[in-house]
Amino acid sequence: MIQRTTGEKVFNVFNYIILSLLALTTLYPFLYTFTISISTKLAADTVGLHILPEWGQITLDPYKLVFRNPEIWTAYGWTLFRTVVGTTLSVFVTCFYGYALSRPNLMWKKFFSTYIMITMIFSGGQIPTFLNIKDLGLLNNVWVYILPLLISAYNTIVARSFFVGIPEALNESAKIDGAGEFRTFFQIIMPLSKPIIMTLALWIAVAHWNSWFDSMLYMTSGKKIVVQQYIQRIVNENNTAAITDFGAGENAAQNLTSETVKSASIMVTVIPILCFYPFVQKFFIKGVTLGAVKG
Amino acid sequence: MKKSDTVVVSDAYLPKKKTFGKKLRANLPLLIMILPGFIALLLFNYKPIYGLLIAFQDYRPRAGVFGSEWADNFGMANFIELFGNYKFGPVLRNTFTISFLRIIFGWPAPIILALLLNEIRCGWFKKLAQTLTYIPHFFSWVILAGIFKMLFSTVGPFNMIMGMFGLDPIPFFSDTTAFLVLIIITAVWQGMGSGAIVYIAALSSVDESLYEAAYIDGASKLKQVFHITIPSIMGTITTVFIMNLSGVLNAGFDQLFNMYNYSVYEVADIIDTYSYTLLMRSEWELGTALGFFKSVVGLVFVLTSNWFVKKISKDEYGIL
Repeated sequence: MIQRTTGEKVFNVFNYIILSLLALTTLYPFLYTFTISISTKLAADTVGLHILPEWGQITLDPYKLVFRNPEIWTAYGWTLFRTVVGTTLSVFVTCFYGYALSRPNLMWKKFFSTYIMITMIFSGGQIPTFLNIKDLGLLNNVWVYILPLLISAYNTIVARSFFVGIPEALNESAKIDGAGEFRTFFQIIMPLSKPIIMTLALWIAVAHWNSWFDSMLYMTSGKKIVVQQYIQRIVNENNTAAITDFGAGENAAQNLTSETVKSASIMVTVIPILCFYPFVQKFFIKGVTLGAVKG
Repeated sequence: MKKSDTVVVSDAYLPKKKTFGKKLRANLPLLIMILPGFIALLLFNYKPIYGLLIAFQDYRPRAGVFGSEWADNFGMANFIELFGNYKFGPVLRNTFTISFLRIIFGWPAPIILALLLNEIRCGWFKKLAQTLTYIPHFFSWVILAGIFKMLFSTVGPFNMIMGMFGLDPIPFFSDTTAFLVLIIITAVWQGMGSGAIVYIAALSSVDESLYEAAYIDGASKLKQVFHITIPSIMGTITTVFIMNLSGVLNAGFDQLFNMYNYSVYEVADIIDTYSYTLLMRSEWELGTALGFFKSVVGLVFVLTSNWFVKKISKDEYGIL
C-alpha cells in the first residue's frame, strides 16, 4: 500500500466533494421535475428547491390530466413502435453488414467498406435530406421513423470489429459440417455475439426513443407524431393549453399549473429510461470501449 | 523446340483460378447480407449527397435534381446570394462562437472528470459517480431544455439561491450573455459523463508498475499525473480533439432549437437553425448552399487539425 502525503489526503477529500457535487447536479434536475410533477398548485407556486415533495401537498392530478388526452397515448404508441420495430430491424441490418465485412473471403471488400465509411464524412445536410424523403413519398408515413436509421457507419464498424475477434476456426468447422453462411451466422456467431448485439440494440433504442426532429419535420400533417415531439410542442411552444383545455371546467383543473402539467409530461418519458438505465448501463460502457479500442 | 519436350501438366494439379461466376456464387450469401444495408445507404445517405447539386441549381421541385437548370454565374448564383445575405455573417459568427466555447470547455471537462474518477479508490463511490454523471446523455434536449427552462427561470430555484445571497435574479432566457453562458454550461454538463468513458477505458489499461516505479523514485502524485497518466491517454485525447473540430460548425441544433426564443436570436441563431428556417420557407437552393458550405468547412477543419496534430507529434497521433 502506497502511503499518502498530507497534500494527497487534502486532494482526496476535495476530490470526493467535487465528484459528489457533480453527481448531485445531474440528479437534482430530475428530482426537481419529479417533485413539481406531483405537487399541488399551492406547493408548486412556492419558490423553493423542491428536492422532495411536501407531505400533504402531493397530488396525481397533473398525471391524470396528461393521460386523459388521447393524443399522448397514440404518440406513445408510435414511440414504442419505432423503438421496437426500428431497433430490431436496425440490429439485423447492421450485424449483417458488419459480419459480411468481417469475413476474409468477401469479394469487393475494399469497396463495401469504403462505401460505408464515406457516409461518416459526407452527408447531404438538412435540405437535400428533407427533399429526398419527400421524393421517396415518406412524408406522413411512419416508415420514415425506421428506414433512415437502419444502418450507420459507426455501429457497423463496432459490430465488424467484434466479429473479427471471433476465431476463424469456428467458421471453418461449421463449413465442414455443411452449414452455409446464414446458418453459421444465426446458429454459431449470433449466440457468441450477445454482448455486442445488446450494446447496439441499446444504442439504437435510445436514439429511437429520444428522436423528435424527424417527427416534427416529416409528419407535416401533425398526426402520427412520437411522444418526444408531443412534449416538444408542450414545452417549447408553451402549449399547455392543448392539454389543459381538455380538462377545462373540471374541478381537477383548479389544482394545476402549467409547470406541474409540463413536469408530469416530461416525467412520462423520463421514468422509463431511469428505470432501465441502472441495469443496462454496463452494456453502453462496454460498447464505447469496444468502439474506441479497435475503431 | 520439339513438341515432345514440352512438359504437360494436368490442370488438376494447379490451384484452380476461380471464374467470376463461381466466385460470385460462393459469395452470394454474404452479398445478400450486405444488400439491405447497401440499399438503405444508397437511398438515405447517397441520394441526399447527390442532392447537394441543388446548391448549384435553379431548383424546381417538379423537375427534381435531375431536370433542374444550372444557376446563373456558372452555377454559383446561390452562393453569391448566400454570402451576400444579411443573416449569413451573424449566423456564422454565432456558430463559431458557440462551438469554439463548447470545444474549449467541453473538450477538457471529460478528461478532468476521468482523472478525478481515476483517483478514487472507493469502488462503489466511483461507480455511483460515473453512473450519475453519465445520465444526462440519455435524455433528448427536448426533455433537458424543458427542465432547464424551469430551473433557470427568473422565479426558479437557481435564482432563488442567488436571491439568498442578495443578488439580482439573472434573466437567462432574455439576456444574451447569460443565455450563452447557460448554453455552454449545460452542453458541457450533458456531454461530460459520456465523454469520460473513453478516457476511463484508456486509463484502466495503464500499467500499474509505472506508478510504483515512479513512487519509488520519489515522484509526487501530481508529477505522476503529468508524466504517466496524461501521456498514456494522449492518443485518445488528440483523437477526440480532432473529432470535436470536425463538428466545429455543429453548434448543437437540438439544444438551441429547444432553448432559444426571440429575445436571444441575435446570439443563438446558428447555421443549423437558420437552415431550418430556410427549409420552412422552401428556399431550397439557399439552404442547400448553406449546408454545402458547412460540410466543406467541417472537412477543412478535420484535415487541417489532423495535419497539425501529426506534425507536432511527429506522426505519432492523428486519425487519418
